[in-house]
Amino acid sequence: MKQLGWWGVIVTFVLVFAGGFVSYFWLPSAQLNGPRSAFEAFCIALGVPQAAPPSTIVVDVAPPSDVILTHNLLQPSTPQDIGHGATLAIRCTPCHGPTGISFADSPNLAGQYAATIYKQLRDFKSGVRSNAIMNPVAQALSDTQMQQIAAYYASRVRPVESRVAADPPAIVKWGAPMRNIAPCGSCHGSEDHSAASPWLSGEPAAYLRAQLYAFASGARTNDINGQMRAMVRGMTPTEIDWAALYFAGSTGAP
Amino acid sequence: MANARRLILAHFALAFAAFFLALLLGEWQMIVRSPWHAWLDNPELYYRSVTAHGSAMAYVFPTLLAMGFGYAITVTSLGQPLIGLRFAWLAFYLVLIGAVVAMVPVALGQASVLYTFYPPLIANAFYYIGIVLVVVGSWIWVGLLLINERAWRREHPKTPLPLPMFANLAGAYLWAWTAIGAALEILFQILPVALGFKTTIDAGLARVLFSWTLHAIVYFWLMPAYIAYYTIIPRAIGGRLYSDTMARASFALFLVFAMPIGIHHLFADPMVGSGLKMMHTIFTAMVVVPTLLTIFTIAASVELAARVRGGRGALGWLKALPWDNPAMLAIAFSFIMLGLGGAGGLINMSYQLDSTVHNTQWITGHFHLIFGGAIVIMYFVIAYDMWPQLTGRPLGSLSLVRTQLWLWFIGMLVLTLPWHWAGLLGMPRRMAYYDYAHPDIAPEAWTVLMSVLGGAVLVASGLLFIYILASVFRRAPQEIPAYRYSEPLHALTAVPKALDGLGIWFALMVALTLVNYGFPIWQLAHIRTTSVPAVFVGGRQ
Repeated sequence: MKQLGWWGVIVTFVLVFAGGFVSYFWLPSAQLNGPRSAFEAFCIALGVPQAAPPSTIVVDVAPPSDVILTHNLLQPSTPQDIGHGATLAIRCTPCHGPTGISFADSPNLAGQYAATIYKQLRDFKSGVRSNAIMNPVAQALSDTQMQQIAAYYASRVRPVESRVAADPPAIVKWGAPMRNIAPCGSCHGSEDHSAASPWLSGEPAAYLRAQLYAFASGARTNDINGQMRAMVRGMTPTEIDWAALYFAGSTGAP
Repeated sequence: MANARRLILAHFALAFAAFFLALLLGEWQMIVRSPWHAWLDNPELYYRSVTAHGSAMAYVFPTLLAMGFGYAITVTSLGQPLIGLRFAWLAFYLVLIGAVVAMVPVALGQASVLYTFYPPLIANAFYYIGIVLVVVGSWIWVGLLLINERAWRREHPKTPLPLPMFANLAGAYLWAWTAIGAALEILFQILPVALGFKTTIDAGLARVLFSWTLHAIVYFWLMPAYIAYYTIIPRAIGGRLYSDTMARASFALFLVFAMPIGIHHLFADPMVGSGLKMMHTIFTAMVVVPTLLTIFTIAASVELAARVRGGRGALGWLKALPWDNPAMLAIAFSFIMLGLGGAGGLINMSYQLDSTVHNTQWITGHFHLIFGGAIVIMYFVIAYDMWPQLTGRPLGSLSLVRTQLWLWFIGMLVLTLPWHWAGLLGMPRRMAYYDYAHPDIAPEAWTVLMSVLGGAVLVASGLLFIYILASVFRRAPQEIPAYRYSEPLHALTAVPKALDGLGIWFALMVALTLVNYGFPIWQLAHIRTTSVPAVFVGGRQ
């Protein structure tokens, strides 16, 4: 009993060395397809970073869009930009309405984020997003003109929300966690806003529904990381209807 | 205990107030995620509550209880007034202020990061500052215990340190060393980001540093319970402690093996090598040694008590035990929960087996069974045992006390056993809601309902506990006999030198920390590419 302390030290040392041998040499070298040498086994077991083995997967997919939206993509607009934009936007009025509020089930543009409008124009111009009317319109615009149009519409007042304070449907409020679908509201305005996502309140239901189906079928691909396609693919037709009706301001959704 | 009575009472009162509020939050969490409640519109509320529940239950409650009990042991076992009373009050107010400073941002939704911090999540800086104040307060407590020990040794150079104080110091040494990991994480990793000096954080390094604290802190919570096993229970049931040396050896071994094992919390984390994880598995397994020493020693002490009362036969002595004694009930409940929780723990600590239960509801079940069950029920015993000493008034009806202990035991089993089962089925933990409409989830809904029921029983038990302690003040003060600890079976004449102090065991703990943590911390601190952007909670960009 007098030597208890020393025994404690000796047993601890034996444990460290025996445990170290098992953990750093024996088990790592015993692995199938394992390391080539005891030293390599030791380094891997300690957690020293190793070069990844060369990948055999070839990624050869063109990016869906070359416009990456960030919160500070566009410079703050000047009154001159907005004025030029207003003149340029005359060509938009037949579909998008004289004040940016559509009467033809085209999207409302009044009060939309400038970055959102700019990105869609760029994608229409490059053909990444296709629409028989918008593609030729956008092809005629220079980069500056697109920014000016975006600045003009962003400066307009948003349509008054006509929604009777209805509780949002589950897909907007909670998404569907079991299907990995985030709530619409977490990006599109009612709870939070993320850089690339448009303001949706008051958009025509027919337009929203068409876009959701276009994402679901893969006909529309200019969501740069596939985030909308990933969300919509798992949604049921009823959920698509509810989301479209809810954002359109209808109280018909449950 | 004369000069420290109000101090100890203040610690216990604040500890149990924090415990009771956190208990209510826990039950609210069980209700809102059950099929009896609609989905929370804002899941952040759930995590806000989990953060408050965890911070109060893991930092405030056990730290205050260990501090109060530690002061009580110091004055009663050393038989001298507490030296440094003013600093002890300063420490208490630091803990109190720290708890308030940490809880305000939590309540405002600015700190829903859970009590284990989870970087790169970053909360309001005041949350971490509050936690630091709590820890600083507890470090003052460690210093005071050491000063009181030194003073006693000067007066009694030939006498071995009494067992309760020896164990008390083991807890203090353990806490002093283990809190350093989280302190380094907060001071050098998290606070610079939370205060706005940096926007990235080395989440891997931060988590390794936290694991330094995360497992040994559990043993810090456990120390008061083990001290009660050895120094209160045998006396309370009318027996003697089977072996004083075995008790000291267990505390010394807990000190050595509690520390170099925390990486078993990081089995699923990629920044730690698999060999290191295996090493930590091996050392975690060594904790079995002091645990089994304790179970055998206490079981032998209990058997002694039964044989003194006329118990006969291989198992027949069990009938002779004083089952109407609350301490007897509590030790039986505590051992059952420790046995079940320990068996589950063998699965968590095994590097391979852990992968089936990691981050499932199994883990929640495990630590509630061990801490909330086996340990907290002994905290109740400590409170009941000390309360007459602290208030100068006798405890009321023992049948109420027995009811309270039964309710806690039943509630904890109803709460945690279904969680273990749900975890085996793969139910993740930290879920604000489940989609019970999903055909794969619906059959597991009953486990969540059971947790509501178990939680309700625990709340009832907690209410009863507070009532029993509070109702003491309605009685007239009485002469209370001096406090006694268990006597060992054989009168203590000499103690092996290595078990009279903790120096060598503390040195082994530090050495093992270097062996098992030195390399990963050094490596992660040196690799420049391991930082990730911080994720601020509570609306800050």
